[in-house]
Amino acid sequence: MKVGLWKIAHARSGDKADRADIGLFAYDAPTYAVLKREVTRERLAVHFADICKGPVELYPLDNLLALKIVLNAALQGGAARSLRMDNLGKSVAAQLLRMEIEAPADLPRLARA
Amino acid sequence: MKSVRIGAGLGFYGDSWRPVRASVESGNVQYIASDHLAELTLAILQKDRQKDPSAGYTRDVVPMLLELWPLAAERGVKFVMNAGGLNPHGARDAVARAFKEKGYTAKIAVVTGDSISERIDELQAGGETLAHLDTAADIATVRDRIVFANAYLGAAPIAEALAQGADIVITGRVADAALSLGPIMHELGWRWDDWEKLAQGLTVGHLLECSGQATGGNFGSAGEWAKVQNFVGLGYPIAEVSEDGTAVVTKAPGTGGRVTFDTLRQQLLYEVHNPHAYYSPDVVLDMGTLNFDDRGNDSVRITGATGAKRPDTLKVVAGYHDGWMGTGMIGFSWPDAYLKCETAVNIIKGLMEERGWKPDEINAEYIGYNSLLGANADPAQRDNLNECFIRMTIRTTDKRMADGFGRLFPWLGLSGPPYVGGFKGVQGAKELLGLWPTLVRREAIEPRVAIDVEAIA
Repeated sequence: MKVGLWKIAHARSGDKADRADIGLFAYDAPTYAVLKREVTRERLAVHFADICKGPVELYPLDNLLALKIVLNAALQGGAARSLRMDNLGKSVAAQLLRMEIEAPADLPRLARA
Repeated sequence: MKSVRIGAGLGFYGDSWRPVRASVESGNVQYIASDHLAELTLAILQKDRQKDPSAGYTRDVVPMLLELWPLAAERGVKFVMNAGGLNPHGARDAVARAFKEKGYTAKIAVVTGDSISERIDELQAGGETLAHLDTAADIATVRDRIVFANAYLGAAPIAEALAQGADIVITGRVADAALSLGPIMHELGWRWDDWEKLAQGLTVGHLLECSGQATGGNFGSAGEWAKVQNFVGLGYPIAEVSEDGTAVVTKAPGTGGRVTFDTLRQQLLYEVHNPHAYYSPDVVLDMGTLNFDDRGNDSVRITGATGAKRPDTLKVVAGYHDGWMGTGMIGFSWPDAYLKCETAVNIIKGLMEERGWKPDEINAEYIGYNSLLGANADPAQRDNLNECFIRMTIRTTDKRMADGFGRLFPWLGLSGPPYVGGFKGVQGAKELLGLWPTLVRREAIEPRVAIDVEAIA
């Protein structure tokens, strides 16, 4: 079934020069396995096509049940050069949580809800 | 086993030091590590210094220390702070004046040597290319527009200042985590090539450098953020690091917020790129082997960091003038709030065309609809908004155009779409700054690093 990431994961984003970076965290191990399979560089590139003008980097961290995502050339040259309301990219993580992925209905977090 | 307890100070220039009081009074800390410099803060400080050569440091350092120093001195708590910005001696002088007036005494150390804005020619003559770290572009393209350039120093000068008996260490640009790593190295006496232990220390410093972000602040989530208790009394993180490298992160008893596996892993990965090679001046950290053991009661035990040899280069970030931004904003109520904003955008574009204005870039954001979510906003909500604000920004090299842009908006009040509100005056041109990250060999920087300790009595 289609599941929004906001239901099964949490995320924070920040900036460094022209890069926006996101930490995406599964609430539990079964969900992490699904995130690792579904949240691919290709999908991220499409999801952030509007702001990310460089390559997407993706690093899975099994010890933290987390994916580290780096969006290169995503902040119009950096926070002090950006014209955007969110010049620091703090809401980029919220944009990510809007992504919908294919997930089994019996994930612990979904069963609890 | 010997250990050291460090409390987080500020996480940026403008942050509150209210929560630091609890760490000092009941958190049993020996040091406060206070990070006043975000990536852009030096740009703000440069503007201050242009107006007044004695400025250029973060002004919060004086009221913060005036309030906290009596409590800290009584308990032997020391401060390490990068509040010196572009003028660490200026910060020291301002604190010294304020302390003398109150009769406070302290030994204050100043660390300098990070600024290279006056040394660019000399460094290039010595073989440093200063090419852009990501694009490899030649620094000549921005050379005459540079407003600041500073290297990120490591923990060694901070540890040295503490060894010389400083109670308060004021630095310019240092790696944020070095503010914690300095006292850790001083207290625990680890070797500067013990990469595993340095990696543990770097992890702790990184967890502490954004104050409330480790204790439940900005907990990025749907719903879970609301389970954080007592935002008003939110405590800042405290870390206890043992001689063997083991660390425990917690907060002062009775404070709000939470320290859990979730709040700490969000902060661990914050503003990190490759987590297997997190560079600092003192060690390169691999986060892939870290173990966070959440023991409940706001206590998480951290072990397992892997470290690799420190890099031969230091990171430098320069800021350079890169044009001007003009801004205009106005709000519209239901009905047709979005459509009226869109109409306003077209009117403004028409007015610009009439004047022959061709900015390099025009940006229109619909506040209440997509100004934060961008292309990931839900279009189904667009045509049924209660209200919507339009914010337009332009980028131009022409300061007069950027200044004039905001003045196009008031006319909409009587001669545009109906039900306007929220027009609160015209904003002038804002200077835009580009950032220039680059690398410089340590040998070109470190011999110039100086520590100046003075007793204020």
